Amino acid sequence: MKRSRRTSKLHLLVATRKGLFQLQAGPGRRSWRLSGPEFLGHTAHHCVLDPRDRRTLLLAMRTGHLGPTVFRSLDMGKTWKEAKRPPAFAKAETAEDKREVDHVFWLTPGHASEPGVWYAGTSPQGIFRSEDGGVTWDGVAGFNDNPACRKWGGGPQDGTPDGPKMHSLNVDPRDARHLYIGMSSGGVFESRDKGKSWQPLNQGCRADFLPDPFPEYGHDPHCMRLHPLAPDRLYQQNHCGIYRMERPEGRWVRIGEAMPKKVGDIGFPLVLHPRDPDTLWVFPMDGGTVWPRVSPDGKPAAYVTRNAGKSWQRLDRGLPRGQAWWTVKRQAMCADTGEPVGIYFGTTSGEIWASTDEGKQFSCVARHLPEIYAVETAET
Amino acid sequence: MKVYVPTPLSSYTQEATTVDATGRTLGELLDDLDRRYPGIRFRIISEQDRIRRHIRIFVNLEEVRSLAAPLRPSDEVMIVGALSGG
Repeated sequence: MKRSRRTSKLHLLVATRKGLFQLQAGPGRRSWRLSGPEFLGHTAHHCVLDPRDRRTLLLAMRTGHLGPTVFRSLDMGKTWKEAKRPPAFAKAETAEDKREVDHVFWLTPGHASEPGVWYAGTSPQGIFRSEDGGVTWDGVAGFNDNPACRKWGGGPQDGTPDGPKMHSLNVDPRDARHLYIGMSSGGVFESRDKGKSWQPLNQGCRADFLPDPFPEYGHDPHCMRLHPLAPDRLYQQNHCGIYRMERPEGRWVRIGEAMPKKVGDIGFPLVLHPRDPDTLWVFPMDGGTVWPRVSPDGKPAAYVTRNAGKSWQRLDRGLPRGQAWWTVKRQAMCADTGEPVGIYFGTTSGEIWASTDEGKQFSCVARHLPEIYAVETAET
Repeated sequence: MKVYVPTPLSSYTQEATTVDATGRTLGELLDDLDRRYPGIRFRIISEQDRIRRHIRIFVNLEEVRSLAAPLRPSDEVMIVGALSGG
C-alpha cells in the first residue's frame, strides 16, 4: 500500500525518559519539524497511534515519584486525558501475590475487527486489555493470575536492569483470539483463546545463560514481530541471536548466523518491511563479555536482509564512522509505509536518525533529546 | 481537613498545592481526594494499597505508612515526593 503524500501526514512519536516529543515530516520526508516536549520530566515508555482510526493516541507513562498510567489523545497530542482506570494487577491477599505495576512498557492496538481494543504489557510482566480505546483497562486473568505464567517470567533477578518486561504483544490479523507475547525474561508464548491459556513457543531458541541452553522457557526475547502479510512467519531479535519461525512448524531458526561474525547478531529492535515479509532490519549491539550493548567497535550500522535471513547487508552510509557508542532500545526503531520505506531510530544519547530509502542513507533529524525509549511512526 | 499536595500532583488539583478533603482514616481521605481529583490516588497508592516507593505521607509532621491511620478533622496531611531523581 503506497502512502498517499497528498492526504497523509507522517509523524514520529518519540518517547523519552523525560517526556514525549514529536517530529513531523515535511514534503517528501525531506525535512522534519520537532515539537515538544509534552509531559516534560515524566518517563514516556511508548506512544502509539491506532492505525484503525488514525486518531487515538495512547501514551504509556510514569513519573519519577508517581505510579504508572496511560494518557490518551484524540488530537495528536494537543490535549491529553488520563485513563480512568489504568492497568493495575488484581488486589491480592498474600505477599507473594501482591504485585504492582511499576510501569506500562508496551502498547499494541487490537485486531481490526475489534475497534477500541488495545493490549498493554507491563513491568513486572502482566497483560492488560482495554475495550474502550484506552480509557479503562482490565488484567488478562488467563495470564496475570495464572501460576504457570508467573513461573515462566522468573523472579526480579531475571528481568532487565529496568525491571522484567512484557513486550511484543502481537495479534494475528486472521484471528483476534490468536495472540503472541514476548517476555524478558520468559520467552515467547502464544494464546489461541484471547489470553485464557498460554503455551511456550521457544523451541530452537537458545538461552545460553541458563544451565540448559534450550529450555522450554526462561529465554530473553528482545523484540518479536509477526508479519501482517504472512502471519505464519515470526521474527525475533533475542538476547541469543536473530531468529525466524514458520508456523505451523513452530521451531526458531537462527538466521543471525549469517551476520558477520565480528558484528554478531545481538541487538534490541527488529523492524519489518510493511509489504515484503522477507525483508527486515536490525541494529546490532555488542553482546560480548559483560554485554556492553553498544554499537560494535563504536561503528553504528543497521543491517537488512531481503531474503528472510539468508544474507545480510550493512547499512551505515551517513552514520558516524567510529567512536559512536550507541544503544538503540527495542522500541526505538521503526518503519513507515512509504515507497521506498522510511527507516527511523533513536539512540539513548538522544539522537533521531532517518532514512527515506530503506536504509541506504541515514541522516540525523534531531539531537540533544533525552534518553530515547521508543520511536513509532504515526500516519494521520 | 487541609491536605498539602506536592508539585508532581498539582496537575490533578488545578495547580493548587493545598486542598480540602475529609475522612476518618488516611484511606478514606485518599478516597475522598480521588473523588474530587480523579486519578490522583493511583499515582500515590498502589493497587495493593501500599504507599508508593517515592511517596511519603505525614500527618501533623509525623510520617504514617498505613492507610488505616486514623485522622481527626483538625489534622493536617502532607503528601511529599521523597527526594529522588536524576
